[in-house]
Amino acid sequence: MKVGPLPEGRTEPPTLDAGSSRLEAVLRARLNGGSKLLVPYIMGGMSHDWLEVAHAAVASGADALEVGIPFSDPMMDGPVIQEAALAALRRGTTLAGVLDDLARAGIGVPIVIMSYYNPILRAGHRRSAGMLAGAGVAGALIPDLPLEELGPWAREADRAGIDTVLMVAPSTVGRRVGAITARARGFVYAVARMGVTGERASLGSDATDVVERVREASDLPVCVGIGISTPAQAIEASRAADGVVVGSALVRRVLDGGGAEAAASFVGSLRAAIDRI
Amino acid sequence: MGAPGPGGRFGEFGGRFVPESLVAACAEVEEAFKEAWDDPLFHRELDGILADYGGRPTPLTECHRLSVKLGVNVLLKREDLAHTGSHKLNNVIGQALLTKRMGKQRMIAETGAGQHGVATATAAALMGLECAVFMGDVDMKRQELNVYRMELLGAEVHRVSSGSRTLKDAVNEAMREWVASVGTTHYCLGSVMGPHPFPYMVRELQRVVGDESREQYRRLRGGADPDVVVACVGGGSNAAGTFAGFVETDARLVGVEAAGGAAIARGIPGVLHGMHSRLLQDEEGQILEAHSISAGLDYPGIGPEHAHLAAMGRATYEQADDGEVLSAFRLLAEYEGIIPALESAHALAWVVREAGRAIPAGSSVLVTLSGRGDKDVAQVRALIGGA
Repeated sequence: MKVGPLPEGRTEPPTLDAGSSRLEAVLRARLNGGSKLLVPYIMGGMSHDWLEVAHAAVASGADALEVGIPFSDPMMDGPVIQEAALAALRRGTTLAGVLDDLARAGIGVPIVIMSYYNPILRAGHRRSAGMLAGAGVAGALIPDLPLEELGPWAREADRAGIDTVLMVAPSTVGRRVGAITARARGFVYAVARMGVTGERASLGSDATDVVERVREASDLPVCVGIGISTPAQAIEASRAADGVVVGSALVRRVLDGGGAEAAASFVGSLRAAIDRI
Repeated sequence: MGAPGPGGRFGEFGGRFVPESLVAACAEVEEAFKEAWDDPLFHRELDGILADYGGRPTPLTECHRLSVKLGVNVLLKREDLAHTGSHKLNNVIGQALLTKRMGKQRMIAETGAGQHGVATATAAALMGLECAVFMGDVDMKRQELNVYRMELLGAEVHRVSSGSRTLKDAVNEAMREWVASVGTTHYCLGSVMGPHPFPYMVRELQRVVGDESREQYRRLRGGADPDVVVACVGGGSNAAGTFAGFVETDARLVGVEAAGGAAIARGIPGVLHGMHSRLLQDEEGQILEAHSISAGLDYPGIGPEHAHLAAMGRATYEQADDGEVLSAFRLLAEYEGIIPALESAHALAWVVREAGRAIPAGSSVLVTLSGRGDKDVAQVRALIGGA
């Protein structure tokens, strides 16, 4: 496992201005080229062929890839991601193992790690951030680490050049939106509805409002996630936003045994849909 | 045991580690509780219900025969005699009043042994609120009667089949439901755990146990305080309420964990269920399953204030194993005519084991008997045999 060389004992970590974010730069280039953003999610280690699924998602039009680290108690996730986490843990998946796989795999787009806080905390903030950087990961999303508790992680992430992606929810109002977007790096994750991850029959009426609130506060790219399950919902969500994150609908296809082929077909259908906007 | 520091911290423990979607809801509960707790009318209403409906104050019972047998003077704070059979009612009546104050119509709760679920269903029925209780599949099997009691009280009981299918997974599922329904629903957390303000709020709502005990003991013993104060600890609500009444005295405070769920003895600081505390976890930060004869103590964490009291050395945390617990369960039944909850029997088991050792002969020991054991009789019968 590679751990990036980090200067120890530096008291004042450098803060990166928005312009130096690699994730943001890649996403902006895509947006400037007239594309909407497609960010599929796959659970690291969920199946023997998960890296093939990741490659297939990229080949089918992903602009960035979100990779989940399995956790025993995924409080923000519905049944599909819970099942994927359990499958990954049963296969002996660890944070270091997923990062080793990713470092070797040569995924051609920026990778954002999605991990609950405890595995990061257990490894240590500085060590985790260094491991992510060493594996070539661009960003991290830690759903149970809200703004008030973010400091110790974010300092080390900034220092290691890892972008901390933050969520703005339907319940996030007033000055809090600006406080979150000011600390967000890479892109802002707009939560489409109050609820956990999982496929839904409709997009939910909150999504556009959340995106508009983020737009008023920030110039960062905004991607909508939680519940986006179909090409039609992806179109609807990315009209106001810069793009979409799609997790459960893809992960279910892999859990059902569809493998890289089903992933390619589904991600391709999302790409074609949002390219029509 | 005053208010926590900024961000809901007890020393290094506590905090509010929740998804952004729940931050506003936690802040709303914090604000509503602060207003209510400063409002004499809220206290009048709460105290009135706990007295006229809940049966407070509960007695302090001196155990004459057991004291002779053990060589230490044992007194029991009788939370088993409160309505619904445990201390859980103190918390849920407060949170049900708060639910109405926040303009919400529904409470959800997690439950392990079923006592908190029954108490929440009871408070919901009393106040005309809807109620849904999340309970692990394993716990529903070993506490069938409590499942039926909740249903009789009008609650929906949701079977949780994820993870270890016990209390920790019931909390996960309740949190997931709360995210989706937070506009209309209050999460009535059952212990001194979870994100701020729950550890503080639940301790304050349970401090009536400790405050009553202290005054009752002083009346009985001419103003003196007990040498040792003992309570069982899962999440730790009855212990927190008990300790709150004695933390300013010279009494030695002892929490007793299940040996298979000893978060203080074997836990490592980490984050679960919205709090930073001591947790049973592996080297990858995956949460381990607790194992105990008692469903109510089958929890891999502990309330953050207990982790802090342990770090400060103000309280110590000991363990009792399943065998010691069953012996203590029988001993109290045979010597005092009281059948304790298996959870509460952990506190007694430590006293039985340590009387004349860690507890010097002749000491006075106040034990919080957090609940009655009717719910456990079938399980104990199956375990140790009998008629």
